[in-house]
Amino acid sequence: MENNRIIDLKNISISFDGEQILNDLNLYINDKEFITLLGPSGCGKTTTLRIIAGFLEPDEGKVIFDGKDITDMPPHKRQVNTIFQRYALFQHLNVYENIAFGLRIKKMKEPEIRKTVTEMLSLVNLSGFEKRNINSLSGGQQQRVAIARALAVRPRVLLLDEPLGALDLKLRKDMQVELKRIQQQMGITFVYVTHDQEEALSMSDTIVVMDGGVIQQIGTPIDIYNEPKNAFVADFIGESNIIDGIMHEDFVVEFSGHTFNCLDKGFNDGENVDVVIRPEDVDIVPIEKGMVCGEVTSVTFKGVHFEMIVDVDGFKWMIQTTDYVSEGTKIGIYVEPDAIHIMKKSKYSGLYGDYSSFSDEIEMLSDVTYEKEDSENEE
Amino acid sequence: MKNKSLLAKFASAPYTVWMCIFVIVPIALVVYYAFTDADGNFTFGNMTSIVEYGSTFLISLKLALISTVICLLMAYPVAYTISKMKQRRQSTMIMLVMLPMWMNFLIRTYAWMTILEGNGLINRFVRMLGGEGFSMINTDGAVVLGMVYNFLPYMILPIYTVLTKIEKSTIEAAQDLGANRLSVFRRVLLPMSIPGIISGITMVFVPAVSTFVISKLLGGGKTFLIGDIIENFFLGNTGTVNYNVGAALSLVLMILILISMTIMNHFDKDESSGGIM
Repeated sequence: MENNRIIDLKNISISFDGEQILNDLNLYINDKEFITLLGPSGCGKTTTLRIIAGFLEPDEGKVIFDGKDITDMPPHKRQVNTIFQRYALFQHLNVYENIAFGLRIKKMKEPEIRKTVTEMLSLVNLSGFEKRNINSLSGGQQQRVAIARALAVRPRVLLLDEPLGALDLKLRKDMQVELKRIQQQMGITFVYVTHDQEEALSMSDTIVVMDGGVIQQIGTPIDIYNEPKNAFVADFIGESNIIDGIMHEDFVVEFSGHTFNCLDKGFNDGENVDVVIRPEDVDIVPIEKGMVCGEVTSVTFKGVHFEMIVDVDGFKWMIQTTDYVSEGTKIGIYVEPDAIHIMKKSKYSGLYGDYSSFSDEIEMLSDVTYEKEDSENEE
Repeated sequence: MKNKSLLAKFASAPYTVWMCIFVIVPIALVVYYAFTDADGNFTFGNMTSIVEYGSTFLISLKLALISTVICLLMAYPVAYTISKMKQRRQSTMIMLVMLPMWMNFLIRTYAWMTILEGNGLINRFVRMLGGEGFSMINTDGAVVLGMVYNFLPYMILPIYTVLTKIEKSTIEAAQDLGANRLSVFRRVLLPMSIPGIISGITMVFVPAVSTFVISKLLGGGKTFLIGDIIENFFLGNTGTVNYNVGAALSLVLMILILISMTIMNHFDKDESSGGIM
């Protein structure tokens, strides 16, 4: 696998104004893979991307590209190209000239430029837009031009910094599919930065979950979802009930006053652990058949399913189900052994996974403040 | 809708009246005088007599052009440097650029007289060091210096404004696509700052080509600009008062300025909205 690595980040540390942004980060990226850096704002994902692009120089550590140390190489000499969050197109040039920009710097001949631009425009489904003015394009079209512009110079690696952040939901979904197609068609490496876990899950070969300048977990989307390493990852990727438990022995765990069979092993007997149960893995059964019992405190219709909050001895579970149960009903809860995932205690234990204070509105409000912090970090 | 437009008309009335009295009427008067003789009869005589001031026109255009070019060459690096500073430094620097404008234009020009004079500050300093002293005042150079000094802020400010509006990521995108510093400047910064350069050029060239105070104070009557000639025809400093020829000269100057502004604006449109036409 070693010679398959295109980018190798070794012991990268960087701080701005005394604030540590990345702390001894190690990450390698394989050729031709779609890798996503996922995390909340301020986790260091954009900084990592900018270090790969060459816009930032790390305080410590090395950037290895294709076996060569490029830590001190300026951005214009690197074989990587970036798609910026706000497109960063050249307003004074038309679509054709924007895409031709990198080719003209390479002193390519005009017929060749014309051929490449036409090819790139058809790749991003914008054929016939050559003469259009940048300001006359919609956000989605501008982003396509930005992609075509970056791909025209045939980079080995394309870096994408929240490229779909400014688009509306429907368009974002379409663009996700399209980006994946472009990546496979061009056969190049994509390094994608996002705070949207759904986007990460649906597009990536590999996901790198980051928080506080530290990599929390690296894995395939399925691994990350099913086998989160700690409470942070479990909470950030999808919804999770995270409950304190005690591992009695291999395959036996106790939580919420009940002993469950599970598929996890390798913990000390009697070790305190975090237990993760995904809301969609919980079955609602009559009280007498339940492993634990609880009272439904709220029900929200979400379209595909109902989302309910269930109070089990003071701990609020989130359950997603297609069966309607009214508020105030007492229900039994049943969990299959393979729906239980056990994690070691971490510094994130107890911070996530309880839905006592859960509210959609609060989550959205906090998202807004995140966005703001993010754009400040970018400055 | 109709009420609203009535209200709008009413609200803009003072300005409309002001414009009529102090802009339209004077221009009409200039046109009237330019095409009549002393007795008020229609004539092209004034216009044809202008030919003899052709060389003065040329000198005015030449000095104004030189000043504009010097201003541009000086202002661009300054504006660029300021636009790269931290936000608070930027405000301070811009205030410093504008600071001289708080003082009266005449006083500033008089100050240059005392600096450049035969017994002025510079020469006294040079003599103190044992030098000979130069004659600086009453030359074309002194006039150009006065123009550059007085109009430089008008070049810096618009260029600074467009430069601050260029997003950092646009520059990064250019570097990302392989552009070194020179290419970034030539292919991105410069073309994107053309609107600012054009307003800067207009704001420097127009007052420079029509000035008469600077040439009078720093040129000492040796450098005679078109503005001076017009002034003389209206005030009769050196000869007889002749409103008609003065008006004809003003009219021609105005048309020259209009033509150059139209050419400049044409460049501007070409650059900023290329594909639309």
